[in-house]
Amino acid sequence: MTPRNLTPTRPPSAPGTPTALSATGLRKHYGRALALDGFDLEIARGTVHGLLGPNGAGKTTAVRCLTTLSSIDEGAATIDGIDVRQHPALVRERIGLVGQFHAVDEALTARQNLVLFARLSGLSKVRARSRADELLESFQLTDAADRAVSGFSGGMRRRLDISAGLVLTPAMLFLDEPTTGLDPRGRATVWQAVREIAAAGTTVLLTTQYLDEADQLASRISVMDHGRVVAEGSPSELKRRLGGDRVDAVIADAALLAQAADVIGRVAAAAASVDPDTRTITVEVADGAKALTPIVRELDLAGIAIDDLALRRPTLDEVFLHLTGQPGAADAAQQPAHEEAR
Amino acid sequence: MTTTTITHAPGETRDRRPNAVREGWLIAGRDVLHWVREPWGLIFGLAFNVMLLLMFGFLFGGAIDVPGGGDYIAFLLPGMFALTMLFGLESTMTAMAEDAKRGITDRFRSLPLSSASVALGRAIADLASSALSLGVLMLGGLLIGWRPTTGPAEIVLAVVLLLWLRFALLWLGIYLGLSFRGAGATTAVQVLVWPIGFLSTVFVSAETMPGWLGTVAEWNPVSATATATRELFGNPTGATSGWLAENAVLAASVWPLVITLVFLPLAAAAYRGLRR
Repeated sequence: MTPRNLTPTRPPSAPGTPTALSATGLRKHYGRALALDGFDLEIARGTVHGLLGPNGAGKTTAVRCLTTLSSIDEGAATIDGIDVRQHPALVRERIGLVGQFHAVDEALTARQNLVLFARLSGLSKVRARSRADELLESFQLTDAADRAVSGFSGGMRRRLDISAGLVLTPAMLFLDEPTTGLDPRGRATVWQAVREIAAAGTTVLLTTQYLDEADQLASRISVMDHGRVVAEGSPSELKRRLGGDRVDAVIADAALLAQAADVIGRVAAAAASVDPDTRTITVEVADGAKALTPIVRELDLAGIAIDDLALRRPTLDEVFLHLTGQPGAADAAQQPAHEEAR
Repeated sequence: MTTTTITHAPGETRDRRPNAVREGWLIAGRDVLHWVREPWGLIFGLAFNVMLLLMFGFLFGGAIDVPGGGDYIAFLLPGMFALTMLFGLESTMTAMAEDAKRGITDRFRSLPLSSASVALGRAIADLASSALSLGVLMLGGLLIGWRPTTGPAEIVLAVVLLLWLRFALLWLGIYLGLSFRGAGATTAVQVLVWPIGFLSTVFVSAETMPGWLGTVAEWNPVSATATATRELFGNPTGATSGWLAENAVLAASVWPLVITLVFLPLAAAAYRGLRR
């Protein structure tokens, strides 16, 4: 299920524009709360940029301000070289927006939705129809084209939602948490769609709460917290700063925790942390899945039984811990009660 | 996963410049699609008006005398027409609030549309649905013996005044729908429309009410339109004396103008306020 054979309605971007999007020092107040507090962002043309952050970091506010849905209090922003504050109407001609909500008309069919949005974007009746057919086919919705959207699954709605943002091939596509609430299959479909949209020349800004999603899709990632970008880089740069994957080992016998931490720490050649409440030992490993076998073998030789063993990416909280030296907004209240063990 | 063959087609772009009238029609066309796809809401709305008509015409009507004489059915019908325009307020408000809540309004706002298109679309769709309600009620009225007794010019003017009131209430509805989006606000308007509708000369003449209440009813914009339409259709007005009896058409022209002058800017401000 991939968008294919999708012909852009026009060249996605005016040639000669150096950056697709540039924002400097954006500020946005909601009452006394500061939703954006000196937000800076620079996105090169034709790339996928991930905007990563916990709930309440200001991701959606940033997208609303950049897409002209909300006014900007302070700062400057351009999209495709056009000033967002001075020429919102021109900016709207060059962007596509897929918000967090399924902004399609439930009572209409998929085709009726797309034809309506295409005609409102300025296409003639004939071209709006052929564009709708094209989008429906690209997003594998042809079979459901004439059914009411109210009967669609979450993944189908999301696909329709994304295709509605592409009626005029945008220079810049904004995807605000496009996979939130989707099952793994729906997520994979959306990921593939994003890759192909970017391959066709559209620049994509994608907000997400999931590190692996940004990792999969984005060539650069900005990490956002408290209304500003706190770190930026390619996924590998950020990962290098974060260290590698983590292995979580749940030890069957709590009495053997210290001994197990010792074994695991020695195998991984890193400090292992112990959480006595969950009998979990966590260690950073450099070589991913290859680290699992020696850990299992050494624990077995030492006669230590394990209930569970898992390899995982650093969590968003760990990202924040690393990048800012403090827990992210999502988890500010509960500091992990880990003890360091050698 | 299949391979992609996405190619560029340089030079292609939009076919039409932003144009509020074209976009307004397109947005109104969405309501027409709603009526076709889910006709029950529209049908029940129309049936409700006919039910009210029959209830007042036959159930209560026998007990109501029209001051100055005349048939109650002939008195009632123009009142029902005006009341239907007032009821339209609910649908405007609900439609605006629902679209804003579901993100449809944001979708429209992210498209390169003229700023007036969304309101214009609402206006066209709601005037069309109210005109349809009016047509059905007139047909029902003709079936139970209501007859306009004047010429075509007066009849056309009566219909224009009715839709003029509906047009004014559009802006009130858009303003309320954008400003108070909670489910409670819609319910509040649905409930408040009733006393406003009844505190008028729609069902009974103001002259049968206690003095102060009669004054309130006479100054109700719905009464102005009801009385003016009665006059223009040549039906009994139930108003034998007083300022409204003398100047009904003027009042029915000025009231909607006042409502529009107040609420059109407020509605526009509420729409712009979405950018906050």
